[in-house]
Amino acid sequence: MNQASSRIESTLSSAQFCRRLLRRQLVLAIRRPVEIGNPLLFFTMVVALFPLGLGPAPAQLAEFAPGVLWIIALLSNLLTSDAIFRGDFEDGSLEQLLLSPQPLYLSVLAYIGAHWLVTGLLLALVSPIFAVMLNLSTASIPALVGSLLLGTGVLSLLGCVGAALTVGLRRGGMLISLLILPLYMPVLIFGSAAVNAAVLGNPAGPYLAILAGMLCFAVALAPFAVAAGLRISIDA
Amino acid sequence: MPNSEPFLVADGLSLSRGGRQLFSNLCFEVEAGELIQVEGSNGAGKTSLIRILAGLSRYGFEGRVERNEAILYLGHSSAVKGMLTPRENLSWSVTGRGQYCNEEIDSALDKVGLYGYEDVASNTLSAGQHRRVNLARLHLSDCPLWLLDEPFTAIDKAGVENLQEIFASHVESGGAIMLTSHQALSPGQRVRSINLSPSNFGAVG
Amino acid sequence: MGTRASICIIATSMWSFFHKLGSPPWLYKISGSILRWLLPITVVALAVGLAWGLLFTAPDFRQGNSYRIIYIHVPAAIVALAAYYIMALAGAVSLIWKMKMADIAMKACAPIGASFTFLALVTGAIWGKPTWGTWWVWDARITSMLVLLFLYLGVVALYEAFDNKEAASKACAVLALVGTVNIPIIYKSVDWWYSLHQPASIKMTGGSSIDSSMLYPLFWMIASVYALFACCMMLSMRVEILKSEGKTGWVKRLATESNS
Repeated sequence: MNQASSRIESTLSSAQFCRRLLRRQLVLAIRRPVEIGNPLLFFTMVVALFPLGLGPAPAQLAEFAPGVLWIIALLSNLLTSDAIFRGDFEDGSLEQLLLSPQPLYLSVLAYIGAHWLVTGLLLALVSPIFAVMLNLSTASIPALVGSLLLGTGVLSLLGCVGAALTVGLRRGGMLISLLILPLYMPVLIFGSAAVNAAVLGNPAGPYLAILAGMLCFAVALAPFAVAAGLRISIDA
Repeated sequence: MPNSEPFLVADGLSLSRGGRQLFSNLCFEVEAGELIQVEGSNGAGKTSLIRILAGLSRYGFEGRVERNEAILYLGHSSAVKGMLTPRENLSWSVTGRGQYCNEEIDSALDKVGLYGYEDVASNTLSAGQHRRVNLARLHLSDCPLWLLDEPFTAIDKAGVENLQEIFASHVESGGAIMLTSHQALSPGQRVRSINLSPSNFGAVG
Repeated sequence: MGTRASICIIATSMWSFFHKLGSPPWLYKISGSILRWLLPITVVALAVGLAWGLLFTAPDFRQGNSYRIIYIHVPAAIVALAAYYIMALAGAVSLIWKMKMADIAMKACAPIGASFTFLALVTGAIWGKPTWGTWWVWDARITSMLVLLFLYLGVVALYEAFDNKEAASKACAVLALVGTVNIPIIYKSVDWWYSLHQPASIKMTGGSSIDSSMLYPLFWMIASVYALFACCMMLSMRVEILKSEGKTGWVKRLATESNS
């Protein structure tokens, strides 16, 4: 009698599997701390470029700060999204994931969740420092952090769609930006509008609510597109 | 086991790549207790066939595949993460079947000759050892049907013998294996072969 | 009973029509015979529409003659948007029913749609210069049109990046469907964003005070440009069919027949 077939496998629920994937992704990310640090470093450097380009006048910097911070957040998110599935595609883990009996929707959400935790969440948490560097009023910092927390979630979900569609291609990096940047626009509009409103002393709540609505919508739909994209990419 | 339904039924599989017909109208069944070797020269479509059967390829071929049992698929790539230890690789496997305690995983790693390597980072291991981590999944899984693409690649002589024994015991206990390999399987085993060379389409020996 | 029978007949004939649509030789043949009369009609209709709109309608009392570009701009913009939805629909059919002709329709649609979008943007800019004194305004409609162009170009780029053309079609189908969900969201957010930043200094929609003598040639041109789009689609699909079916018997027979 084979040991393999004689032992009774303890079944694995979808929630357990999802947690396991999330843990795996986070451990993988934490073991390469440089890759977590890189987007933050990128963010810092680009923030430093703006005063050089626009001039150091504090008032002018403060005026552009909401848009500038949001565009940099968008770019650093975009730069990291290409790698979401690439490692797993190259070493064959993605094949195993697609053959797993677990719902792909949830597995994909675990990947996206892990991506958001190591990029969007960290970015939102350190963003007050950059806000101060660009002379943004302190009153608008809660709106900036809130809009980044919600908005980067949407960005991660959309970026993941692009990552899934291009993971099978050798040169995915540039293409993914072409595919995904147009879809980022609404997030950029409402994200920077939230900060702008706070700067002017208006309530940022409505914009954050719209961002939260976008997040719900994207959580509901994007994983399906990601799942379809992965099945196509693995076949190519 | 004649009255149980076959593990897998392939019905009229045809595949062409770049205008060249790799195989056409391939029909076969995989039943319990069978060891099937897919043969053919390089580029004959062995890997494509295994991927179609596993369900990874969904477009570009004609025909129908019916899967009645859980399948364990091991492909060319080892699905081993360099940043994780062999133990972590197996316990956080993305295959989504079963969860194993450390003793079970260590015993599986022991059986593929990785005793003492459970807790080192996988990127310090050799290519052959990566393959062995992957093959440890055979000991952990209880899927009745194994689809293995070139399982002997990068495995040393002792490892190959060990694998042959694993195959024999899996088939004996009512499982089925379908594999691609250029290597002759151990004598004394009843092996059915499917030849994908262009001259004999769908010939089943 | 009678209605049920006729519904049955309609259903079966619909099904057989659908089935035929999936057959490349049938589509090639039928599109050939449609093009034989549609192409000349389109050319004549476009000529008539352009002459009517550009030469024979009265000049606008505010914009003078420059407004006449709407006879190209508006139809191009309408067809550009419609083409995106046609492409997404073909993508959905390709994903659900794995129909090869839907793949071909989608592949053909993307560059054509992109061309119409580009035409709409260029004519819009040319119209804007004499009318509002600027080539480009970050107006909601123009910006959305630009995003539409990006979406089209994304589909074209994605298709070209894949070696396996079947996978390319499926990937583009997913992208097109994602875009379909996003177009209204993008349009609404850009619209809202523009109204926030630009307090009606330039109003592009001056109420529908357009005279019917100007409206009829516009409708005529919209229909003609739709016909032009249909012709482009069919011509482009025929090329794609021949490319993908080049090794089959019926294409070889076609080639030998036309040579002899």
